[in-house]
Amino acid sequence: MGSHRDLPAGMVNHIFTNSGISSFTEFVGSYAPDLLPGRNETLAAPVGDRIPHATTIVAATCAGGVVVAGDRRATSGNIISQRDMEKVFRTDDYSCIGIAGAASTGIEMARLYRVELEHYEKMEGRTLSVVGKANRLATMIRGNLGMAMQGLVVVPLFAAYDPDIDGGRIFGYDVGGGPYEQYHYYSIGSGSLFARGSLKKLYREDAPPEEVVLALINALYDAADDDSATGGPDVTRKIWPVVAQITADGFHRLSDEEVGARVQTVLEGRMSSPDGPIAPLR
Amino acid sequence: MSIPFGYVSPEQQMRDKADYARKGIARGRSVVVLQYEHGILFVAPNPSRALHKISEIYDRIGFAAVGRYNEFEALRLGGIRYADINGYNYARDDVTARGLANLYAQNLGQIFTESPKPFEVELVVAEVGDSSDEDHIYRLTFDGSVFDETGLVAMGGQAEAVAGRLKERYRDGLPLAEALEAALFALTEPGGERFPAGQLEVAVLDRNRPHRKFQRLNGPKLERLLAAGPAPAAPSKSGRAGKAGGPDAPPTAPEGDLDTGSDS
Repeated sequence: MGSHRDLPAGMVNHIFTNSGISSFTEFVGSYAPDLLPGRNETLAAPVGDRIPHATTIVAATCAGGVVVAGDRRATSGNIISQRDMEKVFRTDDYSCIGIAGAASTGIEMARLYRVELEHYEKMEGRTLSVVGKANRLATMIRGNLGMAMQGLVVVPLFAAYDPDIDGGRIFGYDVGGGPYEQYHYYSIGSGSLFARGSLKKLYREDAPPEEVVLALINALYDAADDDSATGGPDVTRKIWPVVAQITADGFHRLSDEEVGARVQTVLEGRMSSPDGPIAPLR
Repeated sequence: MSIPFGYVSPEQQMRDKADYARKGIARGRSVVVLQYEHGILFVAPNPSRALHKISEIYDRIGFAAVGRYNEFEALRLGGIRYADINGYNYARDDVTARGLANLYAQNLGQIFTESPKPFEVELVVAEVGDSSDEDHIYRLTFDGSVFDETGLVAMGGQAEAVAGRLKERYRDGLPLAEALEAALFALTEPGGERFPAGQLEVAVLDRNRPHRKFQRLNGPKLERLLAAGPAPAAPSKSGRAGKAGGPDAPPTAPEGDLDTGSDS
Protein backbone atom coordinates (compact mmCIF):
# COMPACT_ATOMS: atom_id res chain seq x y z
CA MET A 1 0.00 0.00 0.00
CA GLY A 2 1.33 3.42 0.86
CA SER A 3 -0.60 4.98 -1.96
CA HIS A 4 -2.87 6.63 0.57
CA ARG A 5 -0.01 9.00 1.38
CA ASP A 6 -0.89 10.87 -1.78
CA LEU A 7 -4.42 11.41 -0.56
CA PRO A 8 -5.80 14.08 1.77
CA ALA A 9 -5.03 13.36 5.40
CA GLY A 10 -6.73 10.26 6.69
CA MET A 11 -8.22 9.20 3.42
CA VAL A 12 -7.22 5.60 2.90
CA ASN A 13 -9.06 5.06 -0.30
CA HIS A 14 -10.21 6.95 -3.36
CA ILE A 15 -13.67 5.75 -2.45
CA PHE A 16 -13.86 8.66 0.00
CA THR A 17 -12.72 11.38 -2.37
CA ASN A 18 -15.56 13.19 -3.99
CA SER A 19 -15.36 13.05 -7.75
CA GLY A 20 -17.94 15.81 -8.05
CA ILE A 21 -20.52 13.84 -10.00
CA SER A 22 -23.16 11.50 -8.69
CA SER A 23 -22.84 9.10 -11.59
CA PHE A 24 -21.83 5.57 -10.76
CA THR A 25 -20.42 4.90 -14.21
CA GLU A 26 -18.20 7.97 -14.09
CA PHE A 27 -16.99 7.02 -10.63
CA VAL A 28 -16.18 3.43 -11.60
CA GLY A 29 -14.52 4.74 -14.75
CA SER A 30 -12.03 6.66 -12.62
CA TYR A 31 -11.80 4.29 -9.65
CA ALA A 32 -11.72 0.87 -11.27
CA PRO A 33 -12.19 1.22 -15.04
CA ASP A 34 -11.65 -2.51 -15.59
CA LEU A 35 -14.98 -3.23 -13.95
CA LEU A 36 -16.92 -1.44 -16.65
CA PRO A 37 -18.02 -3.29 -19.77
CA GLY A 38 -15.09 -3.10 -22.20
CA ARG A 39 -15.22 0.07 -24.24
CA ASN A 40 -11.90 0.02 -25.97
CA GLU A 41 -11.59 -3.64 -26.73
CA THR A 42 -11.67 -4.81 -30.30
CA LEU A 43 -12.79 -8.23 -31.33
CA ALA A 44 -10.69 -10.30 -33.73
CA ALA A 45 -13.77 -10.93 -35.83
CA PRO A 46 -17.36 -9.77 -35.68
CA VAL A 47 -19.40 -12.15 -33.51
CA GLY A 48 -22.82 -11.05 -34.63
CA ASP A 49 -24.36 -14.44 -35.37
CA ARG A 50 -22.57 -16.54 -32.82
CA ILE A 51 -23.68 -15.11 -29.52
CA PRO A 52 -27.21 -15.15 -28.15
CA HIS A 53 -29.44 -12.30 -29.20
CA ALA A 54 -32.51 -11.11 -27.41
CA THR A 55 -35.44 -10.10 -29.53
CA THR A 56 -38.78 -8.38 -29.30
CA ILE A 57 -39.89 -5.86 -26.68
CA VAL A 58 -43.17 -3.97 -26.89
CA ALA A 59 -44.42 -1.07 -24.78
CA ALA A 60 -47.57 1.02 -24.71
CA THR A 61 -48.92 3.71 -22.45
CA CYS A 62 -52.06 3.05 -20.45
CA ALA A 63 -54.25 5.20 -18.22
CA GLY A 64 -51.86 6.56 -15.58
CA GLY A 65 -48.81 4.63 -16.65
CA VAL A 66 -47.07 2.37 -19.10
CA VAL A 67 -46.92 -1.37 -19.77
CA VAL A 68 -43.88 -3.18 -21.16
CA ALA A 69 -43.71 -6.77 -22.38
CA GLY A 70 -40.98 -8.93 -23.81
CA ASP A 71 -40.89 -12.40 -25.35
CA ARG A 72 -38.59 -15.03 -23.82
CA ARG A 73 -36.51 -16.26 -26.72
CA ALA A 74 -32.78 -15.77 -27.30
CA THR A 75 -31.24 -16.93 -30.56
CA SER A 76 -27.72 -17.48 -31.89
CA GLY A 77 -28.09 -17.57 -35.64
CA ASN A 78 -30.64 -20.29 -36.33
CA ILE A 79 -30.30 -21.87 -32.86
CA ILE A 80 -32.67 -21.06 -30.02
CA SER A 81 -30.15 -20.56 -27.24
CA GLN A 82 -32.63 -19.88 -24.44
CA ARG A 83 -36.37 -20.31 -24.08
CA ASP A 84 -36.95 -18.50 -20.82
CA MET A 85 -34.76 -15.45 -21.03
CA GLU A 86 -35.85 -12.29 -19.27
CA LYS A 87 -35.37 -9.09 -21.17
CA VAL A 88 -37.44 -6.61 -19.18
CA PHE A 89 -35.64 -5.30 -16.11
CA ARG A 90 -36.80 -3.11 -13.30
CA THR A 91 -34.33 -0.26 -13.05
CA ASP A 92 -35.94 1.63 -10.19
CA ASP A 93 -39.36 1.92 -8.64
CA TYR A 94 -40.76 3.93 -11.53
CA SER A 95 -38.85 2.77 -14.56
CA CYS A 96 -37.70 -0.27 -16.46
CA ILE A 97 -35.78 -1.16 -19.59
CA GLY A 98 -36.25 -3.88 -22.14
CA ILE A 99 -33.27 -5.01 -24.15
CA ALA A 100 -32.92 -6.21 -27.72
CA GLY A 101 -29.66 -7.17 -29.35
CA ALA A 102 -26.65 -8.97 -27.88
CA ALA A 103 -28.04 -10.56 -24.74
CA SER A 104 -24.87 -10.55 -22.66
CA THR A 105 -24.07 -6.91 -23.27
CA GLY A 106 -27.72 -5.99 -22.76
CA ILE A 107 -28.03 -7.73 -19.41
CA GLU A 108 -24.86 -6.10 -18.20
CA MET A 109 -26.07 -2.72 -19.38
CA ALA A 110 -29.36 -3.19 -17.55
CA ARG A 111 -27.53 -4.10 -14.36
CA LEU A 112 -25.19 -1.14 -14.62
CA TYR A 113 -28.07 1.18 -15.42
CA ARG A 114 -30.00 0.08 -12.35
CA VAL A 115 -27.00 0.82 -10.13
CA GLU A 116 -26.55 4.11 -11.95
CA LEU A 117 -30.08 5.29 -11.10
CA GLU A 118 -29.98 4.09 -7.51
CA HIS A 119 -26.54 5.55 -7.00
CA TYR A 120 -27.69 8.98 -8.04
CA GLU A 121 -30.77 8.71 -5.88
CA LYS A 122 -28.80 7.78 -2.77
CA MET A 123 -26.01 10.29 -3.33
CA GLU A 124 -28.28 13.23 -4.08
CA GLY A 125 -31.30 12.33 -1.99
CA ARG A 126 -33.60 12.84 -4.98
CA THR A 127 -34.72 10.85 -7.97
CA LEU A 128 -33.54 11.78 -11.45
CA SER A 129 -36.17 13.25 -13.73
CA VAL A 130 -37.52 10.91 -16.39
CA VAL A 131 -35.68 12.82 -19.12
CA GLY A 132 -32.51 12.73 -17.01
CA LYS A 133 -32.80 8.96 -16.79
CA ALA A 134 -33.41 8.63 -20.52
CA ASN A 135 -30.41 10.82 -21.36
CA ARG A 136 -28.19 8.87 -19.02
CA LEU A 137 -29.08 5.66 -20.82
CA ALA A 138 -28.25 7.29 -24.16
CA THR A 139 -24.74 8.04 -22.91
CA MET A 140 -24.28 4.44 -21.87
CA ILE A 141 -25.40 3.14 -25.26
CA ARG A 142 -23.05 5.49 -27.03
CA GLY A 143 -20.25 4.13 -24.82
CA ASN A 144 -20.94 0.75 -26.38
CA LEU A 145 -20.74 2.01 -29.96
CA GLY A 146 -17.34 0.43 -30.61
CA MET A 147 -18.61 -2.97 -29.61
CA ALA A 148 -21.84 -2.44 -31.51
CA MET A 149 -19.80 -2.04 -34.68
CA GLN A 150 -18.33 -5.49 -33.99
CA GLY A 151 -21.72 -7.09 -33.71
CA LEU A 152 -22.47 -6.60 -30.02
CA VAL A 153 -25.36 -4.28 -30.71
CA VAL A 154 -27.66 -3.39 -27.82
CA VAL A 155 -30.71 -1.24 -28.39
CA PRO A 156 -32.85 -0.88 -25.29
CA LEU A 157 -36.28 0.55 -24.77
CA PHE A 158 -36.79 2.70 -21.71
CA ALA A 159 -40.20 3.18 -20.09
CA ALA A 160 -41.02 5.17 -17.00
CA TYR A 161 -43.86 6.66 -15.01
CA ASP A 162 -43.58 10.44 -14.98
CA PRO A 163 -45.25 11.97 -11.89
CA ASP A 164 -45.33 15.38 -13.60
CA ILE A 165 -47.83 14.20 -16.22
CA ASP A 166 -49.19 11.30 -14.16
CA GLY A 167 -48.63 8.98 -17.06
CA GLY A 168 -46.13 6.76 -18.78
CA ARG A 169 -43.38 7.75 -21.18
CA ILE A 170 -41.47 5.60 -23.63
CA PHE A 171 -38.03 6.25 -25.11
CA GLY A 172 -36.32 4.51 -28.00
CA TYR A 173 -32.64 4.46 -28.94
CA ASP A 174 -30.32 3.49 -31.75
CA VAL A 175 -26.76 2.14 -31.55
CA GLY A 176 -25.41 5.67 -31.31
CA GLY A 177 -27.59 6.63 -28.36
CA GLY A 178 -30.64 8.81 -28.45
CA PRO A 179 -33.06 9.16 -26.80
CA TYR A 180 -36.07 9.39 -29.07
CA GLU A 181 -39.26 9.85 -27.15
CA GLN A 182 -42.09 7.70 -28.50
CA TYR A 183 -45.76 8.36 -27.98
CA HIS A 184 -48.48 5.81 -27.33
CA TYR A 185 -46.65 2.63 -28.27
CA TYR A 186 -43.29 1.39 -29.47
CA SER A 187 -41.43 -1.82 -30.12
CA ILE A 188 -37.82 -2.88 -30.63
CA GLY A 189 -36.03 -6.03 -31.76
CA SER A 190 -36.27 -8.33 -34.73
CA GLY A 191 -40.02 -8.81 -34.47
CA SER A 192 -40.70 -5.14 -33.84
CA LEU A 193 -42.10 -4.40 -37.30
CA PHE A 194 -44.81 -7.01 -36.95
CA ALA A 195 -45.48 -6.05 -33.34
CA ARG A 196 -45.81 -2.41 -34.24
CA GLY A 197 -48.19 -3.17 -37.05
CA SER A 198 -50.29 -5.16 -34.65
CA LEU A 199 -50.22 -2.46 -31.96
CA LYS A 200 -51.20 0.16 -34.49
CA LYS A 201 -54.56 -1.56 -34.78
CA LEU A 202 -54.97 -2.66 -31.19
CA TYR A 203 -53.80 0.36 -29.25
CA ARG A 204 -56.46 2.48 -27.54
CA GLU A 205 -55.43 5.69 -25.86
CA ASP A 206 -55.86 5.78 -22.05
CA ALA A 207 -57.07 2.21 -21.92
CA PRO A 208 -56.90 0.53 -18.50
CA PRO A 209 -53.65 -1.41 -17.90
CA GLU A 210 -55.40 -4.80 -18.16
CA GLU A 211 -56.49 -4.08 -21.74
CA VAL A 212 -53.08 -2.76 -22.72
CA VAL A 213 -51.56 -6.00 -21.38
CA LEU A 214 -53.85 -7.94 -23.72
CA ALA A 215 -52.91 -5.73 -26.66
CA LEU A 216 -49.21 -6.25 -25.95
CA ILE A 217 -49.54 -10.02 -25.65
CA ASN A 218 -51.37 -9.99 -28.98
CA ALA A 219 -48.59 -7.89 -30.49
CA LEU A 220 -45.95 -10.33 -29.26
CA TYR A 221 -48.01 -13.20 -30.63
CA ASP A 222 -48.11 -11.50 -34.03
CA ALA A 223 -44.37 -10.87 -33.89
CA ALA A 224 -43.70 -14.53 -33.07
CA ASP A 225 -46.07 -15.52 -35.87
CA ASP A 226 -43.91 -13.86 -38.52
CA ASP A 227 -40.44 -13.58 -36.97
CA SER A 228 -38.50 -16.77 -36.22
CA ALA A 229 -36.35 -15.08 -33.56
CA THR A 230 -39.34 -14.07 -31.44
CA GLY A 231 -40.79 -16.73 -29.16
CA GLY A 232 -44.51 -17.20 -28.83
CA PRO A 233 -46.14 -18.36 -25.61
CA ASP A 234 -44.75 -21.80 -24.74
CA VAL A 235 -47.91 -23.62 -23.72
CA THR A 236 -46.35 -26.95 -22.82
CA ARG A 237 -43.60 -25.49 -20.64
CA LYS A 238 -45.82 -22.68 -19.40
CA ILE A 239 -43.31 -19.98 -20.33
CA TRP A 240 -45.16 -16.69 -20.78
CA PRO A 241 -43.93 -13.26 -21.82
CA VAL A 242 -42.53 -10.99 -19.11
CA VAL A 243 -45.07 -8.22 -18.53
CA ALA A 244 -44.45 -5.23 -16.29
CA GLN A 245 -46.65 -2.26 -15.59
CA ILE A 246 -45.49 0.99 -14.07
CA THR A 247 -48.01 3.36 -12.55
CA ALA A 248 -48.09 5.77 -9.63
CA ASP A 249 -47.94 2.67 -7.42
CA GLY A 250 -44.55 1.82 -8.83
CA PHE A 251 -43.11 -0.99 -10.87
CA HIS A 252 -45.12 -4.19 -10.83
CA ARG A 253 -44.15 -7.30 -12.71
CA LEU A 254 -47.20 -9.44 -13.38
CA SER A 255 -46.98 -12.91 -11.89
CA ASP A 256 -46.88 -15.98 -14.12
CA GLU A 257 -50.47 -16.79 -13.15
CA GLU A 258 -51.68 -13.32 -14.15
CA VAL A 259 -49.86 -13.41 -17.48
CA GLY A 260 -50.87 -17.04 -18.03
CA ALA A 261 -54.55 -16.14 -17.73
CA ARG A 262 -54.21 -13.32 -20.28
CA VAL A 263 -52.24 -15.54 -22.64
CA GLN A 264 -55.00 -18.11 -22.37
CA THR A 265 -57.53 -15.47 -23.42
CA VAL A 266 -55.42 -14.57 -26.44
CA LEU A 267 -54.92 -18.22 -27.39
CA GLU A 268 -58.64 -18.96 -27.18
CA GLY A 269 -59.36 -16.01 -29.44
CA ARG A 270 -56.75 -17.20 -31.92
CA MET A 271 -58.33 -20.65 -32.06
CA SER A 272 -61.24 -19.21 -34.00
CA SER A 273 -59.42 -16.26 -35.54
CA PRO A 274 -55.74 -17.20 -36.10
CA ASP A 275 -54.71 -13.70 -37.16
CA GLY A 276 -56.04 -12.19 -33.98
CA PRO A 277 -58.62 -9.49 -33.27
CA ILE A 278 -59.92 -7.66 -36.32
CA ALA A 279 -59.95 -3.89 -36.07
CA PRO A 280 -63.09 -2.16 -37.40
CA LEU A 281 -62.67 -0.78 -40.92
CA ARG A 282 -64.32 2.51 -40.13
CA MET B 1 17.57 13.75 30.00
CA SER B 2 16.33 16.48 27.74
CA ILE B 3 12.89 16.61 26.27
CA PRO B 4 12.54 18.77 23.14
CA PHE B 5 10.40 21.84 23.58
CA GLY B 6 6.84 21.22 22.48
CA TYR B 7 7.13 17.45 22.82
CA VAL B 8 3.82 15.70 23.50
CA SER B 9 3.86 12.00 24.32
CA PRO B 10 1.81 9.72 22.06
CA GLU B 11 -0.38 8.81 25.03
CA GLN B 12 -1.14 12.44 25.67
CA GLN B 13 -1.75 13.09 21.97
CA MET B 14 -4.28 10.26 21.71
CA ARG B 15 -6.00 11.35 24.90
CA ASP B 16 -6.27 14.91 23.65
CA LYS B 17 -7.66 13.83 20.31
CA ALA B 18 -10.15 11.50 21.94
CA ASP B 19 -11.31 14.23 24.34
CA TYR B 20 -11.66 16.63 21.46
CA ALA B 21 -13.73 14.19 19.42
CA ARG B 22 -15.92 13.19 22.37
CA LYS B 23 -16.70 16.81 23.18
CA GLY B 24 -17.67 17.51 19.59
CA ILE B 25 -19.96 14.49 19.42
CA ALA B 26 -21.62 15.22 22.76
CA ARG B 27 -22.59 18.72 21.62
CA GLY B 28 -25.21 17.53 19.14
CA ARG B 29 -28.48 15.72 19.63
CA SER B 30 -28.72 11.97 20.08
CA VAL B 31 -29.73 9.45 17.47
CA VAL B 32 -31.27 6.09 18.38
CA VAL B 33 -31.37 2.91 16.36
CA LEU B 34 -33.39 -0.07 17.56
CA GLN B 35 -34.83 -3.32 16.32
CA TYR B 36 -38.59 -3.62 16.01
CA GLU B 37 -41.00 -6.32 14.91
CA HIS B 38 -40.26 -6.16 11.18
CA GLY B 39 -36.78 -4.68 11.04
CA ILE B 40 -34.73 -1.78 12.29
CA LEU B 41 -35.94 1.70 13.21
CA PHE B 42 -33.83 4.89 13.05
CA VAL B 43 -34.95 8.02 14.88
CA ALA B 44 -33.12 11.35 14.95
CA PRO B 45 -34.34 14.73 16.11
CA ASN B 46 -33.41 16.85 13.09
CA PRO B 47 -35.10 20.12 12.21
CA SER B 48 -33.39 20.20 8.80
CA ARG B 49 -35.24 18.74 5.83
CA ALA B 50 -32.16 18.88 3.66
CA LEU B 51 -29.30 17.57 5.76
CA HIS B 52 -29.97 13.97 6.65
CA LYS B 53 -28.53 12.10 9.59
CA ILE B 54 -30.12 8.88 8.43
CA SER B 55 -29.64 7.43 4.99
CA GLU B 56 -29.90 4.43 2.75
CA ILE B 57 -26.65 2.76 1.76
CA TYR B 58 -27.86 -0.35 -0.03
CA ASP B 59 -30.78 -2.75 -0.37
CA ARG B 60 -30.59 -3.95 3.24
CA ILE B 61 -28.21 -1.46 4.78
CA GLY B 62 -28.95 1.82 6.51
CA PHE B 63 -26.70 4.46 7.98
CA ALA B 64 -27.09 6.86 10.89
CA ALA B 65 -24.58 9.37 12.18
CA VAL B 66 -24.03 12.09 14.75
CA GLY B 67 -21.37 14.77 14.88
CA ARG B 68 -20.05 17.06 12.17
CA TYR B 69 -22.18 16.97 9.06
CA ASN B 70 -19.46 17.39 6.44
CA GLU B 71 -17.42 14.60 7.99
CA PHE B 72 -20.11 11.96 8.21
CA GLU B 73 -21.50 13.00 4.83
CA ALA B 74 -18.12 12.14 3.27
CA LEU B 75 -18.28 8.77 4.98
CA ARG B 76 -21.85 8.20 3.83
CA LEU B 77 -21.01 8.94 0.19
CA GLY B 78 -17.95 6.71 0.37
CA GLY B 79 -20.09 3.96 1.83
CA ILE B 80 -22.59 4.22 -1.03
CA ARG B 81 -19.74 4.02 -3.54
CA TYR B 82 -18.32 0.98 -1.77
CA ALA B 83 -21.68 -0.79 -1.66
CA ASP B 84 -22.64 -0.02 -5.25
CA ILE B 85 -19.30 -1.03 -6.66
CA ASN B 86 -19.31 -4.34 -4.80
CA GLY B 87 -22.93 -5.06 -5.58
CA TYR B 88 -22.28 -4.37 -9.25
CA ASN B 89 -19.07 -6.37 -9.36
CA TYR B 90 -20.40 -9.41 -7.47
CA ALA B 91 -24.07 -9.82 -6.57
CA ARG B 92 -26.43 -7.63 -4.63
CA ASP B 93 -26.48 -10.08 -1.71
CA ASP B 94 -22.72 -9.86 -1.36
CA VAL B 95 -22.87 -6.35 0.06
CA THR B 96 -22.85 -6.66 3.84
CA ALA B 97 -22.89 -4.25 6.76
CA ARG B 98 -19.85 -6.06 8.12
CA GLY B 99 -17.77 -5.21 5.06
CA LEU B 100 -18.93 -1.63 5.20
CA ALA B 101 -18.21 -1.36 8.93
CA ASN B 102 -14.70 -2.64 8.28
CA LEU B 103 -14.13 -0.03 5.60
CA TYR B 104 -15.33 2.73 7.92
CA ALA B 105 -13.25 1.37 10.81
CA GLN B 106 -10.13 1.38 8.70
CA ASN B 107 -10.73 4.90 7.47
CA LEU B 108 -11.72 6.35 10.83
CA GLY B 109 -8.77 4.64 12.53
CA GLN B 110 -6.36 6.07 10.00
CA ILE B 111 -7.78 9.54 10.37
CA PHE B 112 -7.61 9.29 14.15
CA THR B 113 -3.93 8.38 14.19
CA GLU B 114 -2.61 10.39 11.27
CA SER B 115 -4.67 13.52 11.05
CA PRO B 116 -4.10 16.37 13.52
CA LYS B 117 -7.86 16.62 13.92
CA PRO B 118 -9.88 13.44 14.37
CA PHE B 119 -13.33 13.10 12.85
CA GLU B 120 -16.00 14.15 15.35
CA VAL B 121 -18.48 11.51 14.31
CA GLU B 122 -20.11 8.36 15.54
CA LEU B 123 -21.89 6.05 13.13
CA VAL B 124 -24.28 3.18 13.04
CA VAL B 125 -24.30 0.78 10.10
CA ALA B 126 -27.32 -1.51 10.28
CA GLU B 127 -28.34 -4.40 8.08
CA VAL B 128 -31.74 -6.02 8.16
CA GLY B 129 -31.86 -9.79 7.66
CA ASP B 130 -34.65 -12.22 6.86
CA SER B 131 -35.36 -12.64 10.56
CA SER B 132 -34.50 -10.53 13.59
CA ASP B 133 -31.68 -12.95 14.47
CA GLU B 134 -30.00 -12.06 11.21
CA ASP B 135 -30.12 -8.32 11.80
CA HIS B 136 -26.79 -6.62 12.39
CA ILE B 137 -26.19 -3.29 14.04
CA TYR B 138 -22.63 -2.01 14.13
CA ARG B 139 -21.64 1.14 15.98
CA LEU B 140 -18.41 2.87 15.00
CA THR B 141 -16.67 5.49 17.05
CA PHE B 142 -14.33 8.32 16.00
CA ASP B 143 -11.20 6.19 16.56
CA GLY B 144 -12.32 3.36 14.33
CA SER B 145 -13.52 0.96 17.04
CA VAL B 146 -16.42 -1.26 15.99
CA PHE B 147 -19.09 -2.45 18.41
CA ASP B 148 -21.49 -5.19 17.43
CA GLU B 149 -24.72 -4.11 19.12
CA THR B 150 -27.89 -6.06 19.70
CA GLY B 151 -31.33 -4.56 20.10
CA LEU B 152 -30.65 -0.88 20.51
CA VAL B 153 -28.05 1.87 20.18
CA ALA B 154 -28.03 5.47 21.29
CA MET B 155 -25.21 7.78 20.26
CA GLY B 156 -24.34 11.46 20.36
CA GLY B 157 -25.49 14.05 22.89
CA GLN B 158 -26.27 12.57 26.28
CA ALA B 159 -25.90 9.09 24.82
CA GLU B 160 -25.75 7.20 28.10
CA ALA B 161 -28.82 8.81 29.58
CA VAL B 162 -30.74 8.25 26.35
CA ALA B 163 -29.66 4.60 26.18
CA GLY B 164 -30.74 4.17 29.80
CA ARG B 165 -34.22 5.52 29.10
CA LEU B 166 -34.47 3.47 25.91
CA LYS B 167 -33.65 0.27 27.80
CA GLU B 168 -36.55 0.96 30.18
CA ARG B 169 -39.05 0.80 27.32
CA TYR B 170 -37.35 -1.55 24.90
CA ARG B 171 -38.18 -5.21 24.49
CA ASP B 172 -37.74 -7.66 21.62
CA GLY B 173 -40.23 -7.56 18.78
CA LEU B 174 -41.92 -4.23 19.55
CA PRO B 175 -44.49 -3.17 16.93
CA LEU B 176 -43.38 -0.12 14.94
CA ALA B 177 -45.58 2.44 16.70
CA GLU B 178 -44.44 1.24 20.13
CA ALA B 179 -40.80 1.17 19.08
CA LEU B 180 -41.13 4.75 17.85
CA GLU B 181 -42.80 5.68 21.10
CA ALA B 182 -39.92 4.11 23.06
CA ALA B 183 -37.39 6.00 20.93
CA LEU B 184 -39.17 9.31 21.52
CA PHE B 185 -39.41 8.61 25.23
CA ALA B 186 -35.65 8.03 25.26
CA LEU B 187 -34.84 11.12 23.19
CA THR B 188 -36.99 13.41 25.35
CA GLU B 189 -35.36 14.67 28.49
CA PRO B 190 -37.44 13.91 31.58
CA GLY B 191 -40.01 16.69 31.92
CA GLY B 192 -39.08 18.02 28.47
CA GLU B 193 -41.40 18.44 25.54
CA ARG B 194 -41.76 15.82 22.81
CA PHE B 195 -40.35 16.53 19.37
CA PRO B 196 -43.15 17.22 16.88
CA ALA B 197 -43.23 15.21 13.65
CA GLY B 198 -41.67 18.09 11.71
CA GLN B 199 -38.58 17.98 13.91
CA LEU B 200 -37.98 14.28 13.50
CA GLU B 201 -36.13 12.26 10.93
CA VAL B 202 -37.46 8.71 11.01
CA ALA B 203 -36.68 5.77 8.75
CA VAL B 204 -36.98 2.01 8.83
CA LEU B 205 -35.30 -0.96 7.27
CA ASP B 206 -38.39 -3.09 6.79
CA ARG B 207 -37.58 -6.71 6.02
CA ASN B 208 -41.00 -7.21 4.38
CA ARG B 209 -40.44 -4.63 1.66
CA PRO B 210 -39.40 -5.89 -1.77
CA HIS B 211 -36.09 -4.87 -3.36
CA ARG B 212 -34.94 -1.97 -1.23
CA LYS B 213 -35.78 -2.26 2.45
CA PHE B 214 -35.05 1.32 3.43
CA GLN B 215 -37.95 3.70 3.75
CA ARG B 216 -38.24 7.16 5.18
CA LEU B 217 -41.29 7.86 7.30
CA ASN B 218 -42.46 11.42 7.17
CA GLY B 219 -45.51 13.60 6.65
CA PRO B 220 -48.91 12.00 7.22
CA LYS B 221 -47.41 8.53 7.54
CA LEU B 222 -45.28 9.62 10.48
CA GLU B 223 -48.12 11.58 12.07
CA ARG B 224 -50.31 8.50 11.98
CA LEU B 225 -47.59 6.41 13.60
CA LEU B 226 -47.00 9.00 16.30
CA ALA B 227 -50.71 9.07 17.01
CA ALA B 228 -50.86 5.28 17.15
CA GLY B 229 -48.21 5.12 19.89
CA PRO B 230 -49.65 4.58 23.37
CA ALA B 231 -48.76 8.12 24.40
CA PRO B 232 -50.97 9.79 27.00
CA ALA B 233 -51.45 12.72 24.62
CA ALA B 234 -52.91 10.44 21.96
CA PRO B 235 -56.36 12.06 21.60
CA SER B 236 -55.06 15.52 20.71
CA LYS B 237 -52.46 14.03 18.38
CA SER B 238 -54.91 11.88 16.49
CA GLY B 239 -56.97 15.00 15.80
CA ARG B 240 -53.94 16.59 14.23
CA ALA B 241 -53.05 13.50 12.30
CA GLY B 242 -56.51 13.38 10.81
CA LYS B 243 -56.01 16.86 9.47
CA ALA B 244 -52.53 16.20 8.17
CA GLY B 245 -53.57 13.03 6.40
CA GLY B 246 -56.40 14.87 4.67
CA PRO B 247 -57.10 15.09 0.97
CA ASP B 248 -54.51 17.79 0.37
CA ALA B 249 -51.67 15.54 1.53
CA PRO B 250 -49.25 15.41 -1.41
CA PRO B 251 -48.67 11.93 -2.85
CA THR B 252 -45.02 12.63 -3.49
CA ALA B 253 -43.59 15.29 -1.25
CA PRO B 254 -40.09 16.54 -2.04
CA GLU B 255 -38.76 14.29 0.72
CA GLY B 256 -41.45 11.74 0.12
CA ASP B 257 -41.83 8.29 -1.26
CA LEU B 258 -40.36 8.93 -4.68
CA ASP B 259 -37.02 9.57 -3.05
CA THR B 260 -36.84 6.46 -1.01
CA GLY B 261 -38.59 3.68 -2.82
CA SER B 262 -42.00 2.47 -3.74
CA ASP B 263 -44.97 3.33 -1.62
CA SER B 264 -45.70 0.39 0.64
